[in-house]
Amino acid sequence: MIEIRNVTRSYGTFKALDDANLAIREGEFFSLLGPSGCGKTTLLRMIAGFDTPTGGSILVDGQPMDGIPANRRPTNMVFQSYAIFPHLNVEQNVAYGLKRMKLEAAEEKRRVEEALAMVSLAGLGKRGATELSGGQRQRVALARALVMRPKVLLLDEPLSALDKKLREQMQVELRRLQKAVGITFILVTHDQYEALAMSDRIAVMFGGKIAQVAAPKEIYQRPVNRQVADFLGGMNFIKAEIVDDAGTSIVVDTLGFGRVRTDKPAAYVKNGSAATIGIRPERLRVLWDDASARHEVAGTVVERHYFGEITHLVVEVPGMDKPLSVTETNDFGADDLPLGAPIRLGYDPDALVAMAD
Amino acid sequence: MKRLLERWLPAYAILYVIFLYLPVLLLPVFSINASAVPKFPLTGYTLKWYEELPRTQALLDAAWNSLVVGVASAMLATVLGICAARAITRYRFPGRGTAHGLIMAPLVLPEIIVAVSMLLVLLRLGLSLSLFTVVLGHILICIPYSVSVLTAAFEGFDASLEEASADLGETAWGTFRRVTLPMVAPAIISSLLVSFTISLDDFIIAFFLGGTDATLPIYIWGQLRFAAKLPSVLALGTLLLVGSFALLTIAEILRRRAERRTQAPGVSLA
Repeated sequence: MIEIRNVTRSYGTFKALDDANLAIREGEFFSLLGPSGCGKTTLLRMIAGFDTPTGGSILVDGQPMDGIPANRRPTNMVFQSYAIFPHLNVEQNVAYGLKRMKLEAAEEKRRVEEALAMVSLAGLGKRGATELSGGQRQRVALARALVMRPKVLLLDEPLSALDKKLREQMQVELRRLQKAVGITFILVTHDQYEALAMSDRIAVMFGGKIAQVAAPKEIYQRPVNRQVADFLGGMNFIKAEIVDDAGTSIVVDTLGFGRVRTDKPAAYVKNGSAATIGIRPERLRVLWDDASARHEVAGTVVERHYFGEITHLVVEVPGMDKPLSVTETNDFGADDLPLGAPIRLGYDPDALVAMAD
Repeated sequence: MKRLLERWLPAYAILYVIFLYLPVLLLPVFSINASAVPKFPLTGYTLKWYEELPRTQALLDAAWNSLVVGVASAMLATVLGICAARAITRYRFPGRGTAHGLIMAPLVLPEIIVAVSMLLVLLRLGLSLSLFTVVLGHILICIPYSVSVLTAAFEGFDASLEEASADLGETAWGTFRRVTLPMVAPAIISSLLVSFTISLDDFIIAFFLGGTDATLPIYIWGQLRFAAKLPSVLALGTLLLVGSFALLTIAEILRRRAERRTQAPGVSLA
């Protein structure tokens, strides 16, 4: 549907985007995730036609977009600032792009009303652009783009200006809307929870390069390297030594976790005999009283941070160079664990993942 | 010391303003005085000086000339100002700062130097002095004002509005017509009014470049030689004063409206 082929964008010697390759499928909710300056917005703007690649090409529906200006591309964008025309009312904003199509008045009106209903703004057509709340402005921006029936809808950090509650509500709504209209959505965001919650697939980007493209669960559970792992949430990194590297899995000796067999990650590159193994803090469970697990590590609680529904524990394990982070729900009293208390942690070896440094 | 300042500073400020505006305020006062000699005590109220104005053919000619020059200068300076302001605010190009500086320079150059230099150049080019040459001079002195008003409007204007228009299928010209112009319209009108006022009030450029075609300030200057004509000059001056003041007030109101519009309830960006 959308193909990014060896796309590079250089400014002098600086490469905002460095040889990016992506294939985005029809009807997919695709996110470009990364910290600011990683090239995600540059890529989005090049798909929209506001910026030109210095190398490579972008294809939409098999059509190369080289030399095609923004106003003749089958893409529409929801801007970070929403870019609602302040001199027009809601209806006129939504009808802005339709005016050029020279539709019959009744047809135009029908499409505007349909678009407004889609974003739950029915009846607000006559409202002035300056009289809208942040959430409403965002809905107008969405309606204005969707009414054009684009092949691809581009969203540039559309939720970053909303407060937390509204943002979470809009995540659900955007996702529902995308499934209803079936249009390919490409979302740019620096918020990993947003990307995980909404996307079919995510491309994680750092320094102009695409580090990993996969479904949210895969990205979260099997990050290809430490940088990706870190960006998507907490991760305990454990030093390991490879003892067997044959077939689809590797066997490593770790400090603290003993000998472990794990799947080879997709982008696994053998780097001598040293390896890094990771486990997410919530995949370590506190074992209370006599409870036991097939795989355990023992340690002492050295720090405790209370977060309402969960508690973060920092646990020192003998033989490990760094303490482990553990996230535990509060239903068994993790929030009351005394500092210095001995503790046993259970884990599933499947939660251990090998990754590049 | 501080107490002393607090007490006398307002008094000083008031005196200063009186000194600045009293002569100007005397203009309308003497223009309705029955005596032909502008001095106190006033001898009686009359509007005869005003009634005389429309009966003076030379004055009507000068007023017409001023109107033509003012409208032409204002429109041309504003069109050029739009181009310059847009280039300065939207594009990054080598020499941008220098270009901006040169455009604003006539603001601080002594007007008489500008006028004499232009006179030399225009004569060398073989142009005969007329209202046309006055318009050329006025465009030069109006552009800094026009550019100031317009850059402010373009600067406060979110560039993504124009991108959004292009994204929705509109051409560059369509975007200018449907988004840019309506957004900066108040600033454009403000620029027209300010430029017109500057052209209307200018003496030096019109004096050097006008040849035999007199504008209002030139006419007034010519009349000052005749003591008997003084009251009608005062009447005319009063009208010009009121007119200029009204135009500049409207221009300022529009400029502020433009500012409010372009900085419309934005969404604060993280």
